[in-house]
Amino acid sequence: MQEEKIIEVRRLSAGYAGRTILSDVSFDVRQGEIFIILGGSGSGKSTLLKNMIGLYPAMSGEVLIRGENMIGAVGAVRERLLRQFGVMYQGGALFGSMTLAENVALPLEECTRLPREARALLARLKLQQVGLGQFADYLPSETSGGMVKRAAVARAMALDPGILFLDEPSAGLDPITSAELDELIRALSRDYGITFVIASHELASVYAIGDRAILLENGGIAAEGSPVQLRDNPPNDYVRAFFRREPERARAA
Amino acid sequence: MATDSAGQSAPLRVESSGSETILALSGTLDDAAVALCWSRALGAARTSQGPVRVDCARVDSCGGAGFALLVALAEMAEERKQSFVVDGLAPQFRSMYDGIDRSKLGQAETPQREKYGPVASVGQAVADRAAEWREETEFVGEVGVGLAGLGREPRRLRLREWWVMVEKAGTNALPIVALISFLMGMIMAFQAAMPMRQFGVDLFVVNLVALAITRELGPLMTAIVLAGRSGSAFAAEIGTMKVNEEVAALTTMGLSPVRFLAVPRVLAGIVVTPVLTVYSMAIGVAGGLAVMMMLGFPLATLMHQLSGSLRVDDVLAGLIKSFFFGAVVAGVGCLRGLQTGAGAAAVGDSTTRSVVTAIFLIVLLDAVFAVIYYQLKF
Repeated sequence: MQEEKIIEVRRLSAGYAGRTILSDVSFDVRQGEIFIILGGSGSGKSTLLKNMIGLYPAMSGEVLIRGENMIGAVGAVRERLLRQFGVMYQGGALFGSMTLAENVALPLEECTRLPREARALLARLKLQQVGLGQFADYLPSETSGGMVKRAAVARAMALDPGILFLDEPSAGLDPITSAELDELIRALSRDYGITFVIASHELASVYAIGDRAILLENGGIAAEGSPVQLRDNPPNDYVRAFFRREPERARAA
Repeated sequence: MATDSAGQSAPLRVESSGSETILALSGTLDDAAVALCWSRALGAARTSQGPVRVDCARVDSCGGAGFALLVALAEMAEERKQSFVVDGLAPQFRSMYDGIDRSKLGQAETPQREKYGPVASVGQAVADRAAEWREETEFVGEVGVGLAGLGREPRRLRLREWWVMVEKAGTNALPIVALISFLMGMIMAFQAAMPMRQFGVDLFVVNLVALAITRELGPLMTAIVLAGRSGSAFAAEIGTMKVNEEVAALTTMGLSPVRFLAVPRVLAGIVVTPVLTVYSMAIGVAGGLAVMMMLGFPLATLMHQLSGSLRVDDVLAGLIKSFFFGAVVAGVGCLRGLQTGAGAAAVGDSTTRSVVTAIFLIVLLDAVFAVIYYQLKF
């Protein structure tokens, strides 16, 4: 079970307006692991993530989620694939006019036939899972950045997806809030067996939660392995520079 | 599917043994399955006469909706002071179920939002309106000072950006202004020609169209089109900048957002609107003449009639107004943009407000000009 591949990325190339940002990227994500996409600013972390969830049309290659290709999927196949994962966007992307509970209940309302009371209760349960039970009736603007992100995780989990994609969960959070979010990710992975794919460059958080990671550089994968292992035994100079925060070495590499 | 008979796929079976009600769940408790049996399960619990037991021995997996069902049943039993047990749940789901703290579910904090009574809300509205007037007065003053400053130091105008504004608000508006003006002239000529023909004075339609277009409709229609396509664009652009804290960045750099953002746009409005207005007048009159030609008048006759009736004063009267209309449209767009609050909806609100305010002020200003021109016999 542990070794089963849940996502397979095969020779994926992506970019915008004729500019290639990722070329021929291939890797696997295994069932139940916390998988980190590392890379400097502009290395294509978000581009990779957004191609994996089918938000941008990839130039070539495929992204298989439980064996089905996400790239170019339409209609019922796309809908089935979308049900398999939830996404937390960088800024949370909660709808400002709805309370946290309403935000979480929205996918339940649109995608299930659960009665209203069931949806309300389920939304509260999900918010409790992320530690926001008592803030269910707050508007996003009345809460802090960390709470918005946790509520966004709760919304992403509303339909019990097996995979969660998180775009920069630590961005803009203080160390304690960021660590709380890490705890939450670990707990969800442990208790519910959710597979996480996380784009991040927050090293402290990456060591704390990451089972495996890839490091993007120049449109390709510079290294693959567990974050701690990459830090301690960097396979090349760029990886060493990245993990040890050495800009000179990075420029030389 | 949702029957009490022991159908293979029924997620719920209700049994009773003695006073005990047994709810036997089975299969995968995902949202679809729970949606099928939710009301029946709660109904059975609501009418039970004794303890409620949920038998989950045949549950293969339990999703969030399944837990929601168990929690709802537990709450129901608690409310009715009946004993409640869940048994047979597989260990990994058991620990998830036990992890749910029901005591905390009901107690969401109510966020503190300020609520005013009727008197206080009237007071608040008055205070808000007064603050807004103050803001608007300051804005008008600052734009005025900024324009005067540009007059002294024209080099402070960032010419390349300003030229883009002129192009967007002016050049790109040419087709729509032409279309609307031409149709306006045609419609007016046509509507007037029919009744005037009965009195044999249909040649005077030329006078009517020329006068109405140059004095009123040309400037008015141009200004309204600009309010819809350029004023609103200014409001949305500056509003988005405000939401993205770009306006705050200008302020902390020591640059006045009004001078930096509003003054060049107002200047663009003042330059562009009269040009578009003259263009609109010419095309509007041409539209009127086109209809007259269709009605059988030779062009030479029409031109003679036109040159005999249209005075330079009429064109000037329209032109003078258009400077003010341009300033109002651009100024209101920028002001509403700068007044934008927080969030995506706020940008939409300020765009709407810019168009409504601009059109209202244009019509008001037009009325004022009508009075002034009448008094001056202009």
